[in-house]
Amino acid sequence: MAQIETFYDVMRRQGITRRSFMKYCSLTAAALGLGPSFVPKIAHAMETKPRTPVIWVHGLECTCCSESFIRSAHPLAKDVVLSMISLDYDDTLMAAAGHAAEAAFEETIQKYHGNYILAVEGNPPLNEDGMFCITGGKPFVEKLKHAAEGAKAIISWGACASYGCVQAASPNPTRATPVHKVILDKPIIKVPGCPPIAEVMTGVITYMLTFDRLPELDRQGRPAMFYSQRIHDKCYRRPHFDAGQFVEAWDDEYAKKGYCLYKMGCKGPTTYNACSTVRWNEGVSFPIQSGHGCIGCSEDGFWDQGSFYDRLTNIKQFGVEANADKVGMAAAGVVGGAVAVHAAVSALKRAQKKTQDKVEG
Amino acid sequence: MTDTVPRINTPNPDAPLPLEAARLTGDATAADIESIRRRTSVYVYEAPVRLWHWINALAITILIVTGYLIGRPLPTMQIAEAYDQFIFGYIRFAHFAAGMVLTVAFFGRVYWAFMGNHHARQMFYIPIFNKRFWSELFFELRWYFFLEAEPKKYVGHNPLAQIAMFFFMTLGITFMMITGWALYAEGVGQGSLPDTAMGWVLGLVQNSQRLHTLHHLGMWAIVVFMIIHIYAAIREDIMSRQSMVSTMISGHRTFKDDRVE
Repeated sequence: MAQIETFYDVMRRQGITRRSFMKYCSLTAAALGLGPSFVPKIAHAMETKPRTPVIWVHGLECTCCSESFIRSAHPLAKDVVLSMISLDYDDTLMAAAGHAAEAAFEETIQKYHGNYILAVEGNPPLNEDGMFCITGGKPFVEKLKHAAEGAKAIISWGACASYGCVQAASPNPTRATPVHKVILDKPIIKVPGCPPIAEVMTGVITYMLTFDRLPELDRQGRPAMFYSQRIHDKCYRRPHFDAGQFVEAWDDEYAKKGYCLYKMGCKGPTTYNACSTVRWNEGVSFPIQSGHGCIGCSEDGFWDQGSFYDRLTNIKQFGVEANADKVGMAAAGVVGGAVAVHAAVSALKRAQKKTQDKVEG
Repeated sequence: MTDTVPRINTPNPDAPLPLEAARLTGDATAADIESIRRRTSVYVYEAPVRLWHWINALAITILIVTGYLIGRPLPTMQIAEAYDQFIFGYIRFAHFAAGMVLTVAFFGRVYWAFMGNHHARQMFYIPIFNKRFWSELFFELRWYFFLEAEPKKYVGHNPLAQIAMFFFMTLGITFMMITGWALYAEGVGQGSLPDTAMGWVLGLVQNSQRLHTLHHLGMWAIVVFMIIHIYAAIREDIMSRQSMVSTMISGHRTFKDDRVE
């Protein structure tokens, strides 16, 4: 194959004017939180850098990440897929199927060994030698390891690849395992969410291709620009939280008034994501704006944090329906009762001793 | 009591009759005076330890009440418009402020463990290699199970109390400070000082909801400790051979008899 085209070449070939191209660079810089001085850098990178090949594999998942991705508005997924990356393999999106698809997979791995980005949607189950997820006639875990071996970096799309999601929820019968616990020797960027926000997904790819490196990550390996604050920190209902004005029941007056959903189990205060700023479907809305609490889908083990509608989560170790307050009150009750009994016995003993002393004395 | 019982101190027979004032106007009987002559006290808790104790008690009380209300907020109130009402904000503020006071006080207490007297160090360790400690612990347990007629005298904590102090206070408060500051760091934001210092905890626990639950369970452990602590202090004040409650006010441990064991 001849030299790979640059982003700019492809965009010009698609009839995009230089002016539009520069607008696009400005928009991307703004989306990534970069200053105006980065616009020429982005433009320069796109004019000179060859497009980065991307292999996109699917393990145990529901494809909601792909569904989200293709709905990206800024930049349009079309732009990302067709202009910025060279999506050489994605068994869900590609036209080829069967042997042709697998051939493209092998070809990409060989040709761009060490240079491609591996995007993983879903995760591999490890029980029974990975037999719970077969793609291309092989356990997915083998395909993942094979593809990861020559990858420059790995993107873990969604809660599945990042944390395990529903298939890894307790008791996790198939031992579904997040990517970073299977692939240990590659830089991995987690983009959690079920699914992640489309603009977050395309924003991450844009950053990686423009600057040829991973964006700044937080302690859990998530891009800090989208995951450094909780939903709660930027929630438009936050004033009601601080005021102590909460929805008490789903159909009450406070729900109609749009009060804070904290008491209804909203996980906004414990969830790191950009929903309250970027929002969904071209910025139309996000769960809290639609009157439903956040379920914390971009957090580790979010299926195992009890009901979506309880503020205090159930602690399985103490029985099915126990939360911290129930456990604590039970413990305090038992100890308090024991103390009362002990005090009574102590008083009796003391009275007895006094009588004895009197008799002896 | 017979004279064969060994005594810690023998009153000086040549001393003049004591406590003339008490005898005449201080409501003292002859038996009282005999008792007073034998009583001794040990200065156990220095002022910083006592100060820490009461600041800590106050901070913990505030933290428990506000902490419970943060997990289970009060019913919705509509006193003013949302921008003019800050009820939950003040509850959280009180919680954070008390938490900071508790932290500073705890560091002060640790400092005093180095600077203070011998007794200031007792709650920071358990003498696990001391065989006698374990047999004395067993003895104290027997006392609490009503199997011993009389407890022993202790200047500092008894072995059982030392274990409770170590686990619930030294470790318990440390756990609550670590998890509490990690939760606080979430609100202050990444890159802030609390985040730099304690943000790693969230990285360790992964999910903030889980961290909240751990912090919440820690609160109940401290509630349980409070129940036991207050009960034991009052009970032993009445039933043991030494002062308890007043010791944490004056610092002096007084004894009710002068027998050696």
